[in-house]
Amino acid sequence: MAAKAKFELKLGPATREAFGATLVELGRENKDIVVVDADLSKSTMTYGFSKEFPERFFTCGIAEANMVAIASGLAAAGKIPFAASFSAFLMTKGFEQLRVTVAYPNFNVKLVGTHSGISIGEDGPSQMSVEDLALACSLPGFTVIAPADGVATSALVRAATAMVGPVFIRTGRVKVPVVYAAGQQFEVGKAIELIEGSDVTLMAHGLMVAESIRAAETLEAEGISARVVDMHTIKPLDREAIHRAAAETGAIVVSEEHLVDGGLGVRVAQAVAELHPCVMEFVGIRNTYAESGTPDGLLDKYGLRAPEVAAAARRALARKK
Amino acid sequence: MRKTKDLAQLQAIARGVRRHIVEMTGAAKSGHPGGSLSAVETLVTLYFDVMNHDPANPRWADRDRFILSKGHAAPVLYAVMAECGYADTPVDQLNTLRKLGSVYQGHPDRRFIPSLEASTGSLGQGLSVAIGMGLAARLDGKAWRTYVVLGDGEIQEGQIWEAAMFGAFHKVDNVVAIVDYNRIQLDGFVKDIMELEPLADKWRAFGWQVVEPDGHDIASLQKAFAEAAATKGKPTVLIAHTIKGKGVSFMENNPKFHGVAPTPAEVEQALKELA
Repeated sequence: MAAKAKFELKLGPATREAFGATLVELGRENKDIVVVDADLSKSTMTYGFSKEFPERFFTCGIAEANMVAIASGLAAAGKIPFAASFSAFLMTKGFEQLRVTVAYPNFNVKLVGTHSGISIGEDGPSQMSVEDLALACSLPGFTVIAPADGVATSALVRAATAMVGPVFIRTGRVKVPVVYAAGQQFEVGKAIELIEGSDVTLMAHGLMVAESIRAAETLEAEGISARVVDMHTIKPLDREAIHRAAAETGAIVVSEEHLVDGGLGVRVAQAVAELHPCVMEFVGIRNTYAESGTPDGLLDKYGLRAPEVAAAARRALARKK
Repeated sequence: MRKTKDLAQLQAIARGVRRHIVEMTGAAKSGHPGGSLSAVETLVTLYFDVMNHDPANPRWADRDRFILSKGHAAPVLYAVMAECGYADTPVDQLNTLRKLGSVYQGHPDRRFIPSLEASTGSLGQGLSVAIGMGLAARLDGKAWRTYVVLGDGEIQEGQIWEAAMFGAFHKVDNVVAIVDYNRIQLDGFVKDIMELEPLADKWRAFGWQVVEPDGHDIASLQKAFAEAAATKGKPTVLIAHTIKGKGVSFMENNPKFHGVAPTPAEVEQALKELA
């Protein structure tokens, strides 16, 4: 990306919608792709696949534990199964199965969590997944991805399919700003620098990438040069990008629609501690469950917006001196 | 390997497997002899008669699959695979069970034994995995079948019944579940911990074909597996009536030997009984 590129950030598809559309394309390209779903296909957007490939789509009923282990068996016998549900259910009700029947034998299962974070909105905390990345990253051998927009989702779902091994892909319910131009290349494990900057680095995943871009624009007007990095792969981390950010900007803000405990922030902090200690600040959900509300209202109330990212950057800069 | 339908030969193999189980758990000084001994005839009948598999070619695409969902009975699986001649389950290392660096982990682990179809040990999950395999075989138009051995206590896990519903609903008739119904679990008798009866009615109500062989009578098991193979449109469960600790007088029906290894003196006595 060009330095100081202007981002329009027009509203685009929800990442779950991009997942559903890409899944249909992949189904046409590869007959080994199969899908299991737990009575949420119209929400996870696997519905399109189920209509075009009914023989490769297996309804599990409302039974996520079984769904994950069915996917394990399909993978053991050479299929490329996608298991989809709300992240909150997939990662918690299916966790033990992810541990013993997917991670431990290292089977080639692709898990797609939708309705992640608090931006699911009115349904409230029982449906909101704010700990899914912590759980997914705790599984040895897992690759964990949280794309920022539709273009990123489509490319990263394809990349996840092309690789062998378990992958968790985190998507959201609501339409999100378009960050990437069509055709943008993505590589699993390689962060993307969206804006160059030298005073502070803003790292984020998911919908906080767009908020970080907006924060960088605000900071630029104040004469602060903020680098913006999309950390779309939470595991394995792009340690090189982290090392550069720490060494070159000396301050890092990590923003995420997830509990600050166990999310991208603490993972980056560990890498920073190992590679090049620097000042850090964290924007995320702090030790609480959210509530019902509009997605926008919730993101405002729980501080997952550009002004909070910018404020964290100013705090980091103040501490850096 | 010597596949056979001959009862005397299969019984002789079963006796040898029992000796391995006693020696292995004795050497390990821990492990689960009772539930291993109860499943001997089931595994011997499968591996030496019923299943299509080739120990010299463990990744053969058209092989039948086997999952020991009650993974704590690992000694019976290790002993049977070793007697079959799988290269990654050497007979002369059986007595390294549970020791650091051994391929014979406490519960089956395919990182150590690649010929295993699944890593197990956390109860309640193998039936789902087996059904996933069955779906894959059907999608590919393949005739291979999947066998999964469940513990009776294990089926107290809710996921078993999620899988049971799934298997019947999706008509996964190339999967056969075997419940090793030895009526004892870790804390005591099943009926005192969480009663399963009426067990056959439960499986029938979930849409499964039910066969109830004597799990120590190889002819009865052969007949039951033949009925399973002939059953189309729904999966089959064998409720194999067995005795925990079968073959060793002081272990039979004794809850203590669910998860306690025999002492050296007990090993000696057991081997005399199994001579």
